[in-house]
Amino acid sequence: MASTKHSVNDEDLERIIGQLLRFGVLLSSLVVLAGGIVYLIRHGHEEPGFGSFKGEPDKMKDPLLMWKAIIHGEGRPLIALGLLLLILTPIARVLFSVAGYLMEKDYLYVCITLFVLAVILWNF
Amino acid sequence: MTILVFSGLIFVGALTAGLLGSLTGLGGGVVLIPLLTLLFKVDIHYAIGASLVSVVATSSGAAAAYVRDGISNIRLGMFLEVATTVGAVAGASLATYLSTGVIAIVFGVVLILSAVLSFFKNRDNLVTGPGSRLTQLLKLAGNYPTPKGRQDYTVKNVVGGFLVMNVAGVLSGLLGIGSGALKVLAMDNIMRAPFKVSTTTSNFMIGVTAAASAGIYLKKGYIDPGLSMPVMLGVLAGAFAGSRILTRARVSQLKKVFAVVIGLLAIEMIYNGIHHTI
Repeated sequence: MASTKHSVNDEDLERIIGQLLRFGVLLSSLVVLAGGIVYLIRHGHEEPGFGSFKGEPDKMKDPLLMWKAIIHGEGRPLIALGLLLLILTPIARVLFSVAGYLMEKDYLYVCITLFVLAVILWNF
Repeated sequence: MTILVFSGLIFVGALTAGLLGSLTGLGGGVVLIPLLTLLFKVDIHYAIGASLVSVVATSSGAAAAYVRDGISNIRLGMFLEVATTVGAVAGASLATYLSTGVIAIVFGVVLILSAVLSFFKNRDNLVTGPGSRLTQLLKLAGNYPTPKGRQDYTVKNVVGGFLVMNVAGVLSGLLGIGSGALKVLAMDNIMRAPFKVSTTTSNFMIGVTAAASAGIYLKKGYIDPGLSMPVMLGVLAGAFAGSRILTRARVSQLKKVFAVVIGLLAIEMIYNGIHHTI
């Protein structure tokens, strides 16, 4: 069914996706760890307050405000940035697959992958 | 208790959850959420948010190795992600309307089902031949490495598998878990994919499914950085350690103990859900 050239492309795609996932998890873990250290130094002596749900301020959601707060030396927005990078990792994997299937000229899977991507991004 | 001590204890708890989840194949989320809500008295919405983050981390970390080795069926995963992502969005939206008590009860029921499912014997399926027209159209057949070289296989019941995946997606979005047990059930028992392919492809899919609900969780403020930090780092460290000792450990006994623990946690969750003490 699959020609040799086709399967070589599939293997390349698999290798690159594997590296992408590994890199994303490693990078986000380091950012979360850095933010965690700053957070614990600044707020480690305070009382935790997760008992009732209060939602999160905008600087934990909006990348621009997040960045401003990070420059200001805050730890929690830096953790939030790390978590955002982590969540973007599988999304980048899907985006990369679109390019991969385009190169393989597998248009059915280009459509399927674009649909998955649209569902994810629709809610961001 | 200060935040420093609290974070340290959460880290140790998450590490244990990640280790057990990876050794038993049930994932970290199933024990993490009861741990956070029952023991640490964390609001279930924050617990779900932190769990979802750890699910993305462990899934992506583990999938990296399987994808590289060519065990996961990427087309099968991508096609079924249509079902899981749509389900996840629906589930995450539902989570914002349901009360904490109702979520706790649903969680307890799913927990019991996962524990029961873990006792079902995994068949090592092998379906060969051309497969149905839909299977051919979607190119779902594949091959995976065995000691005797690469083995070709195909899958059955594409529609049935798709529908169960949709339910798995809803539960993942609603409860912040990977619903790996249900995903494996869909691919292994319904679509009859080889077990190794089912588990690794399920793992590959979990991250994308979780990313679909993560957008809604972020907007609603479920993902608290202060809580998610020790949870994510702990579960990731535990899962990594688990994957290292998995080849040497005898897991059948551990699986039984873990299933009993999960069952008890489930009853506790349901009890607290009914009495509105969660």
